[in-house]
Amino acid sequence: MTFSASAGSEPGNKTMRPGEMSLLALSILCIFGALFIAGRAYTPEYAFHAYLFAAASLFSSVAVIVRYVRRPAEVPPQMIGGKPNYNYGPIKFGSIAAIFWGIAGFAVGCMIAFELAFPALNLDLPWTSFGRLRPLHTSAVIFAFGGNVLISTSFYVVQRTCRARLAGALSPWFVILGYNLFILLAGTGYLLGITQGKEYAEPEWYADLWLTIVWVVYLLVFLGTIFKRKEPHIYVANWFYLAFILTIAVLHLCNNAAIPISIFSSKSYIVWSGVQDAMIQWWYGHNAVGFFLTAGFLAIMYYFVPKRADRPVYSYRLSIIHFWALIFMYIWAGPHHLHYTALPDWAQTIGMVFSIMLWMPSWGGMINGLMTLSGAWDKLRTDPVLRMMVVSLAFYGMSTFEGPLMSIKVVNSLSHYTDWTIGHVHSGALGWVGYISFGALYCMVPWIWNRSKLYSLRLVEWHFWLSTIGIVLYISSMWVAGILQGLMWRAYTSLGFLEYSFIETVDAMHPYYIIRALGGVLYLVGALIMAWNIYKTIASPEAETELVGQPALAAAE
Amino acid sequence: MTESGAHKHVDAHSGMGTTGHEWDGIRELNTPLPRWWLNILYATIVWAVFYCIAYPAIPLIQSFTPGVLGWSSRQSVNDELASLRAQREPIVAALSQASLDEIAHNPQLRTFAMAQGKAAFANNCAPCHGAGGGGSKGYANLNDDDWLWGGTLEQISATITHGVRADDDLSHAGMMPAFGREGMLDEQQISNVADYVRSLSHLPLPAQANLAAGAAIFSENCAACHGADGHGDMELGAPNLADAIWLYGSDKATIVEGLVNGRGGVMPAWGGRLDATTIKALTIYVHALGGGQ
Repeated sequence: MTFSASAGSEPGNKTMRPGEMSLLALSILCIFGALFIAGRAYTPEYAFHAYLFAAASLFSSVAVIVRYVRRPAEVPPQMIGGKPNYNYGPIKFGSIAAIFWGIAGFAVGCMIAFELAFPALNLDLPWTSFGRLRPLHTSAVIFAFGGNVLISTSFYVVQRTCRARLAGALSPWFVILGYNLFILLAGTGYLLGITQGKEYAEPEWYADLWLTIVWVVYLLVFLGTIFKRKEPHIYVANWFYLAFILTIAVLHLCNNAAIPISIFSSKSYIVWSGVQDAMIQWWYGHNAVGFFLTAGFLAIMYYFVPKRADRPVYSYRLSIIHFWALIFMYIWAGPHHLHYTALPDWAQTIGMVFSIMLWMPSWGGMINGLMTLSGAWDKLRTDPVLRMMVVSLAFYGMSTFEGPLMSIKVVNSLSHYTDWTIGHVHSGALGWVGYISFGALYCMVPWIWNRSKLYSLRLVEWHFWLSTIGIVLYISSMWVAGILQGLMWRAYTSLGFLEYSFIETVDAMHPYYIIRALGGVLYLVGALIMAWNIYKTIASPEAETELVGQPALAAAE
Repeated sequence: MTESGAHKHVDAHSGMGTTGHEWDGIRELNTPLPRWWLNILYATIVWAVFYCIAYPAIPLIQSFTPGVLGWSSRQSVNDELASLRAQREPIVAALSQASLDEIAHNPQLRTFAMAQGKAAFANNCAPCHGAGGGGSKGYANLNDDDWLWGGTLEQISATITHGVRADDDLSHAGMMPAFGREGMLDEQQISNVADYVRSLSHLPLPAQANLAAGAAIFSENCAACHGADGHGDMELGAPNLADAIWLYGSDKATIVEGLVNGRGGVMPAWGGRLDATTIKALTIYVHALGGGQ
């Protein structure tokens, strides 16, 4: 899809640019390197990954050559007719990938939800067992769906708010395609049983190394675009994107520090051990929530909510204070995942008090988003896309209140290890991250494909109501299940003995697990409706003039 | 914010000035921080400071600040366990002194032992024997008053303490040989004896069943442990084959499988894992489940 724009090239005095040459050389080198490793791999699973990498390298080499043959001799202009020549190709790919992975991730989520209610559904096969599908679900929704939404919206927002074409020619493509290769390596690895067993950081050393390369290029593309911006100031959404990209890099490197047993094996050992490993893991885990699922999606909120509502952001001052407070406080809150464990008491205290102090900095984003609608509340009646984003902020506010509450040790002693945690995570994931992403995709798809409007707002209504009912079923069943579970675990008889065996508490969860699974199915159905709507939008004819809804290009005052 | 007022754009709806910048059509109002927001932020910070004074919080080079309340999670769990022990103490003391018979005949001790036994059973025995002691294939049903190793209080206590075919000198031993795998019986002989075993509890048999041949094989190979009439022997853990209660199943294929490969289920010796009082309580509880002998 990149190549179509460059029809009518002149093959005369065209030369390969250094970037094209080096990517081609590296890709060819990678083909042979990967084949060499595949031939000597200790396990067929690892050999499969090496062949997959070789195939991706081959694709990369061919793509560079085809692109070179088709492209015009000169570099794409930065401006056309006084307007920035925005690069939307990688964004289009990322948007479609996000929808694809989202549906895959939601479907696997439904599958494992039913497995919990009816364990025989694991089919007694290793590939479909809960232990392998659960990381497939979490990685597919967080990193594959969420990651593609973040990368594609960040590429869109940083261009529009800097009034500058995305930095690099091949690099943005390398980022989005390389990231999806990482997703493939991770996901197929889980199914084949390759994991380093760290929650939300399951991929093994070679996938981690590959992600590191992709992520550094991502940072460079983002920074490069900011450096050549035409606006004097950097918009708040870009602060959040940058905090997300930088912090995820640091977290990824620290938590995945590992030594492979051989370059021919997928197995590695993490350099940390014992309680230090647990602490690093949850420092990572919590900040994956803080910087991936909060800061990154707040960036989306800061662009798409004011844009869609056509209102100014409520408070610049709030945005700057809550931004710095959020990133300063979040990074300390990880130990609350390890309350009442071998982690020293002082570290548990630090984790808890920072989680409490995090309450208002988190809410700053909700206030700024919701209050941006003042003067435009009536649009909620007519615009289901805006309504989706506003409900997303409400869920954001609810889960960022619930989070500090659950970090309080006495509350945590009841909630920890129960399904209450699962409910909490999903009110954030389905409500906040999911809805703000759907809202952004509904806005962005017509803009980048230059369509006058979405195919159908009625279908958005259906998506909104089905998935809202789904979320409510999901989180309310998990609240009841979790609190019931916690109370059953700690119930003592009057003679001082445990009232329930563990299996009785599992049995008591059964009806709630069914309700939860049904909630998940409604959410999945909503997403399928979205996919159809987006497909029909892209298939509709192009708008003749630049869209009304599309951001204007007025100069800064 | 740094730009002069003259350049500022004012939002018509709120009457609030903007910061004067615009990105892709987005402006930002210069609204002050909401007062309530700031107050709660300050309050949480003040609370955090006090909490850090009260509880262990600041890491030092060798240790950490213990907090003025002197609280620690280790102390707190020890206190909770101690108070639980104190609550149980009087009856536990009586239980540890009393014999199994005395416990069974003293209503107060028996009630307590049943409560403790139920909890201990749920957390240690239920994974194999089922939450209600109903058992499953290969794991004895404890409700049916049919005992592999004896159903008196003493016998149950010995089985729990030393286990079955477990790593314990006093553990129950002896297992059914693999008649087929070891070549002691051929396929036809195994089929005949399986039919004969099924006939002991009057299960339907195929028309061509040769019970006479089966009976002969039985008396030569099986009767030594299971008894001439198939009524079993608790000393050897040989099940009664005539009572229509089956540990592994009554269908012919399952019986043939046992004859070919032998049987010898295991149960851990709990003597080293549970204290003597808990084993007493478990004995009383398990004895009550099956209406013990």
